[in-house]
Amino acid sequence: MSVLKVDSLDIGYEGKTVATNIDFEVKKGEYLCIVGENGAGKSTLVKTLLGLIKPIKGTVEVGSGGIGYLPQQTDIQRDFPATVKEIVLSGCISGMGIRPFYSSVEKKKAKKNMELMSVWDMRNKSYRKLSGGQQQRVLLARALCASQDMLFLDEPVTGLDPKVTQDFYELVEKINSEGITIIMVSHDMEAALKYSSHILHIDKDSIFYGTKDEYLKSDEAVKIRAVRKKEDE
Amino acid sequence: MNAVDTLMFYLQYSFVRYAIIVGVLIALCSSLLGVTLVLKRYSFIGDGLSHVAFGAMAVASVMKITDYTVLTLPVTVVTAILLLKAGQGAKIKGDAAIAMLSVSALAIGYMLMNIFSSSANVSGDVCSTLFGSTSILTLTDSQVLLCIILSFAVIVMFVLFYNRIFAVTFDENFIKSTGVSADRYNLIISVIIAVIIVLGMNIVGSLLISALIIFPALSAMSLIQSFKGVVICSSIISVLCALGGIIISILAVTPVGSTIVTCDMVVFIICFLIGKVVKLS
Repeated sequence: MSVLKVDSLDIGYEGKTVATNIDFEVKKGEYLCIVGENGAGKSTLVKTLLGLIKPIKGTVEVGSGGIGYLPQQTDIQRDFPATVKEIVLSGCISGMGIRPFYSSVEKKKAKKNMELMSVWDMRNKSYRKLSGGQQQRVLLARALCASQDMLFLDEPVTGLDPKVTQDFYELVEKINSEGITIIMVSHDMEAALKYSSHILHIDKDSIFYGTKDEYLKSDEAVKIRAVRKKEDE
Repeated sequence: MNAVDTLMFYLQYSFVRYAIIVGVLIALCSSLLGVTLVLKRYSFIGDGLSHVAFGAMAVASVMKITDYTVLTLPVTVVTAILLLKAGQGAKIKGDAAIAMLSVSALAIGYMLMNIFSSSANVSGDVCSTLFGSTSILTLTDSQVLLCIILSFAVIVMFVLFYNRIFAVTFDENFIKSTGVSADRYNLIISVIIAVIIVLGMNIVGSLLISALIIFPALSAMSLIQSFKGVVICSSIISVLCALGGIIISILAVTPVGSTIVTCDMVVFIICFLIGKVVKLS
């Protein structure tokens, strides 16, 4: 079953095209990592997939289960007076239609996801007082409230220390093992190769999509290893 | 006569009671969206809008419209929507556009009042529009009624959309990614702001209305950790400051608007210091 289908997509912003002819299909339970250099159009692709900007050409089809988005942190959020509970509950809004207040179903769902991410004990704490790793877990719980099908993580480990990063990857792996599709934009090539099932590599002049094994044999991966080797020397 | 007697003496007059009712309602409404405005970096929109409202008021007085709100309300609401659309494009350009708009509205408003005014005391009129010095004490029954209706509309809208307003304030992109139209809620927020500004001009004038929106929110934010708590706390602070300010202005014969704003400022400084001390300990 496909949860995300991208068909001959051209992306760009303000009329400027940054990447063309992107094709891929993500099936339920897969773990896709989107990698590539800065400026190659990764963040434009993210915004297009999420529906924040319109594609120049082609289509993006999202499955009926929707997307649970874990965005990069903004300055506003770092000093935002809100409790963990308030934030996680706000993930339920898309399913509420025109009803103004949360029902007990939504409160239960939020509780379940907070317990799953082990943030239930800190539900009445202020978000701005949490550590970076705790904040990411809160946002994961919110994303799970928005979708039980697919999570979309945008550079989720930026600014986290190695130990917390490791824990975070393991948590995501656990979520994935329960059948939830993961799409992760990442700088961290090592982790991408360790955890993902598929890779989408975007570069200025080439786009690769395939399974991890196919990727390891591809020109893109060979190039990256060559660059890495050079840097090591 | 001691202070209580003086107060009781003034409370016999309906215009004083009207002033207190209107003042408290406006203070309550203006504090509700303050948090959203501050956190979404929309403060400057409030400022720009109030200047536009001043311009509209000047036009209304030139056109001899007795109830200014008839003109100022639609003009301010439309401007709020336009500013929001402009701000969504490029942030810096939006900033400059608002600065241009607000000084233009001020300049043209003052010019119109000077050229066309039949009143003998033009600078007095301008001063009371900018600082609201006397307008709150000259409210007519219909103005009070309009103010009550609009205030209730603002409060009902805020309560109904509270969860959405929170979500859009905290993380607009997340909400958009779930397929909810965040732009619609931004629109609702800016329309409510426009209504609040037009209301607030009656009490503190167009130059000081931003203070009524921003100060209580900032005070509450330095003390309280939850969004709901901040909203409740800032409305309490705002209402108390308005009440205190009006009473002080009656007793000490000071201008109403600036007395309320001074109260808000003092409370903010106290809250800010308490917040700092709590953080350190």
